[in-house]
Amino acid sequence: MTQTLKCDPNIEKPDDFYEALIRLHDGLTQEQSRDVNARLILILANHIGDKDVLQEAFRLARNVY
Amino acid sequence: MRKAREMLKTYQYPEFHYTRSPDQDAASPVHHPVLIVGGGMVGLTMALDLRLKGVPAIVLEQGETVSDGSRSICQAKRTLEIWDRQGAAAPMIEKGITWKIGRVRHGNRELYSFDLLPEEGHKIPAFVNLQQYWVEEYLIDRLSEAGGEIRWRNKVISLTPTPEGVTLEVDTPEGPYAVTCDYLIAADGARSQMRRELDLPFKGQVFNDKFLITDIEMQADFPSERWFWFDPDFNPGQSALLHRQADNVWRLDFQIGADADNEEEMKRENVIPRVKAMLGEKTPFELEWISVYTFQCRRLEKFRQGRVFFIGDAAHQVSPFGARGGNGGVQDADNLGWKLDLVMRGLAPGSLLDSYDEERVFAADENILNSTRSTDFLTPKTPVSRAFRDAVLSLAEDCPFARPLVNSGRLSLPATLRGSSLNTPDEDVFAGAMEPGAPAADAPVRHKGRQGWLLDHLGGGFTGVFFGDSGALPASLEMEGLAIDVLAVGQNGLEDTKGWLANRYDGQPGTFYLIRPDQHIAGRWRHCDQVKVHEAMRRALGKI
Repeated sequence: MTQTLKCDPNIEKPDDFYEALIRLHDGLTQEQSRDVNARLILILANHIGDKDVLQEAFRLARNVY
Repeated sequence: MRKAREMLKTYQYPEFHYTRSPDQDAASPVHHPVLIVGGGMVGLTMALDLRLKGVPAIVLEQGETVSDGSRSICQAKRTLEIWDRQGAAAPMIEKGITWKIGRVRHGNRELYSFDLLPEEGHKIPAFVNLQQYWVEEYLIDRLSEAGGEIRWRNKVISLTPTPEGVTLEVDTPEGPYAVTCDYLIAADGARSQMRRELDLPFKGQVFNDKFLITDIEMQADFPSERWFWFDPDFNPGQSALLHRQADNVWRLDFQIGADADNEEEMKRENVIPRVKAMLGEKTPFELEWISVYTFQCRRLEKFRQGRVFFIGDAAHQVSPFGARGGNGGVQDADNLGWKLDLVMRGLAPGSLLDSYDEERVFAADENILNSTRSTDFLTPKTPVSRAFRDAVLSLAEDCPFARPLVNSGRLSLPATLRGSSLNTPDEDVFAGAMEPGAPAADAPVRHKGRQGWLLDHLGGGFTGVFFGDSGALPASLEMEGLAIDVLAVGQNGLEDTKGWLANRYDGQPGTFYLIRPDQHIAGRWRHCDQVKVHEAMRRALGKI
């Protein structure tokens, strides 16, 4: 069954999440932040796993350029 | 690009000699059915394949010895199966180093290991490491035994396609001569002269990173495994490889970056410390070979140009991670040989030869894709690419999910010719890895009381493998002017001693497989419906 990317709100406690996301980078240089972001993308991508969902997510992310 | 140093001490180059051919004294150019330009491992395989089928292909080789320097090492299972069918593999397996385990390290910690042949019951191992010069020596021996002809110091200097075939001008130590042929096979390597003669674009990607390879002679207790390092302390921020070859020669490979100075890097006094840093101060060794290389992944748009066929590096080039260069080329020869033979005997239409292009371009693209991906992982082209690569490596130590992403080379596996126009698609449902287009998997079988292997029974021509008693079908089916040998797996036929043959083929009773001369599967059915088999034969011959 083809899964689709969720675009409706699905994040628990959105403000808590947002602050945690910014805090994640406290004290890091730009390069270090880049490395942490790269790790985070791979970790979350693996958790999702589904090829079609990931492809849709990539497309949406790239949509701005 | 290669720059070479050092003469090999562990190997003595054979000397072959130019001899004058009667063609050079003929009143007008002598005509031959097939000429092969290039006597390297792929050209020799091609010559052997055709010679064993009774086609008198002549090899024109500009040099007078075997492969110079340190090049192909990892001879893959499928390649060895092809050579085994040609009667050339036994000395190679004897001489070479059999291996199947690889280990990948980050720094000094092992990230994971892989096993390239996790199941038993195959005649031929996953990989045998044998230097290309040995491979070529054995192929030359076998070709000689089979009555083949190699013309040494015959350098093709021009190629002219004509309506009837191809005319070549060939230079020799005694001056040039002309010769013609119906079909020309260009096996003249990465810098193919034949490609330039026909002015064919050779497009793809060039990678700027440089790699230092050194072969050393060393007595060592290291196991016969492929060891690969990312960012080891002896080559910080770069990669390294250690792999064993025959004669106690080891291949060491160091990534040295795009800005490396070749001349400096190749000096003995700079190479020796690198080796000592990798192996330890106390391990004695002798340097055998030093060179620096860069590489590209590219191919011709079409491998068939009328009556000229390109095989091996002349047709396609890949980076070496994954051992897909020589191995891909040998499979090219295997694919072309039976088709040329049948076309020349009038048993298949000339258009069958287009399927060589179709099938081997497909396989080359798979090799290029895999080699390119490995190269991108080893030599990331942008800061963000490098960030992801390093993220994979840092996660892989503790997180199993990241390990499959680590790419130090996806080692050559036999190409499944999926979607080929010669395949007959399945109508029935089959479990397992076999499918139309796949090379037939080996399995242990017993025949007339003797233990042996399935693949030894496949490959003279088309073969039927039937899961049932040998009385149920004729021993041979005559179709399209060819005799299909029927091998019955069961009573009085091939005994499937461990049940692995039936398992690998989902060989439920009544199942029939039609297998091509190159051991690839043309089609399969749950019952031997001769009308369907006949149609599959016609399709496999390029008639429909």
